[in-house]
Amino acid sequence: MAILSPQAVVDSFKTIIGDSLIDSRIYEQPVAVKKNIFRTIWLTVKREAFRKAIEHICKLQQYPHLAVISMADRGDNIELIYHFTIYFAQQLQELSLGLRVLVPKSDPRIPTITDLIPGAIFTEREAQEMIGVEVVGIPDNRRLFLPDDFPKGVCPWRTDEKGLKPDMLRVLPGRQPKSG
Amino acid sequence: MAIGEIKKTSYSIPVGPIHPALKEPVRLDLTIDGEKVIDVDVVLGHIHRGIEWLGMNRNNPIQTLYLAERICGICNICHPYAFVMAVEHATEIVPPLRAEYIRAIICELERIHSHMLWAGVAAHEIGFDTVFYIAWRVRENVMDLIEYITGNRITKGIFTIGGMRRDITEEQYPTIRKCLDYYKGIYDQLGKIFLNDRTIIMRTKNVGILSKEDALKLLTVGPTGRASGVAKDVRQDQPYGSYADLGIKAQTPDLLTGTVVGDVYDRIIVRLLEIKQSIGIIEQCLEKMPSGPILAEPKVARMLNTLKKTEGEGIGRAEAPRGEVFHYVRLESGRDTLATWKVRAPTYANLMAIPKILIGGQIADVPIAFASVDPCLSCTNRVVLIERKTNRKSYLTDKDLHELSVGKTRKLKC
Repeated sequence: MAILSPQAVVDSFKTIIGDSLIDSRIYEQPVAVKKNIFRTIWLTVKREAFRKAIEHICKLQQYPHLAVISMADRGDNIELIYHFTIYFAQQLQELSLGLRVLVPKSDPRIPTITDLIPGAIFTEREAQEMIGVEVVGIPDNRRLFLPDDFPKGVCPWRTDEKGLKPDMLRVLPGRQPKSG
Repeated sequence: MAIGEIKKTSYSIPVGPIHPALKEPVRLDLTIDGEKVIDVDVVLGHIHRGIEWLGMNRNNPIQTLYLAERICGICNICHPYAFVMAVEHATEIVPPLRAEYIRAIICELERIHSHMLWAGVAAHEIGFDTVFYIAWRVRENVMDLIEYITGNRITKGIFTIGGMRRDITEEQYPTIRKCLDYYKGIYDQLGKIFLNDRTIIMRTKNVGILSKEDALKLLTVGPTGRASGVAKDVRQDQPYGSYADLGIKAQTPDLLTGTVVGDVYDRIIVRLLEIKQSIGIIEQCLEKMPSGPILAEPKVARMLNTLKKTEGEGIGRAEAPRGEVFHYVRLESGRDTLATWKVRAPTYANLMAIPKILIGGQIADVPIAFASVDPCLSCTNRVVLIERKTNRKSYLTDKDLHELSVGKTRKLKC
């Protein structure tokens, strides 16, 4: 498979998913003495086109590496960023690709990608328990990090009413809990 | 049941949460048929300390840097390295060139000590305690050097956003070179012990095989992936720090043997090759290190102010001794803490390959096959054997499991 430049990668997404690519940004930073470029692509896609985008990444690189899914509570939406790397195992060719998708809190569902990338299972399980998105079609629905007796419906990384309750936080003796 | 018909019964053995081949508590639920492992399930979460939550709710970014250093007892350079890279990426602070080289030197010293530690533990797992003592004795030299350079053996506290907190001065070069010469001097001897010894070969060859395809599919990173032929190494692939200048090549076992099997033996080869590579990298760094400042912004208060005003996000990826460490950081202006912080340690990814590595092997091979992934090591507690039919429990203590493994070595040697 030919190695595409970051701009060509973004363009290939544009042709595949069209308007569903909401935003794209290429970050480039020269590094150290020889000024090789550290390159990162940030893409934002609509949830409808999410599966298509993942399939396209699998075409760019046969087995793309998914580092992790990062999760954040952004008001009405849950932000998920799938941190991929492609073109690895080749000297200085690797590209980091952050695929961002916003999931509304009113319908927090996202399709699984474990059929394409089996190793995504841990991070999808973590996303389910930590931020409360429902990964549709996940082959293993158990919790990953949280203990079994952790109350249901509480997601530690939410900042709204589903987040950690103040009485769940252990405050060390002599310390005041932080307000807000 | 007719006479003579053998009924198949499988047993399930939970290994852990406290286990010899684990530094962090992880439970392995093994389903066994006789001596053979037929299924494995990994259960996590026994030591979830909510560090990311603290970084997002309690600490300011500078405090979080020291918290990141305490994520792992051994990778306490790679986590701050990835973290400062992520923050520098978000704020577009560029560290001075000299700092980049010092970072690489410390990082490689850590790799040498981590791989020596692993070599010792792996020898202990197969009951070869003489080698365990030798490996840990050899490791002391690099620990002394780390203490000499940074002031600490373990948590070095030397990284900061936009540079390093301590310089490596000209007077320190001879001591560093002397330590590297020591490792070069004993390197062949180490290779002889780990690669030619009959006991080690018997216990590690064709044990715990992970195929290249599985390694790619299950996102295996670090020496475990490279031993399976995935030449993935962040130092080689993506330019970061001074590694971008040094022309690093990922070390795969075929460089030495010509073939890739993906077994425990190959993982030993990769780690030994990496020790040699690390020595070379430190020497290159000492030669090429440019002079100049080591900090972009020496005043912590001003740095905190910049961080508070910044709106942005960034990623940091560093090659730890066990594989790629990944940090994602998002900063919001007007917020004291990080807005989002996500950490992915290499063992997180490598644990998904554990079932593939263990299934089909023997119980006595579990400690060494599991330890070969180097999932942060410590000491076994106890293993419960439950016979499914009768629900009768019997306990295997750490000693029993260790003795099973040692016994296998003895049997093979006779």
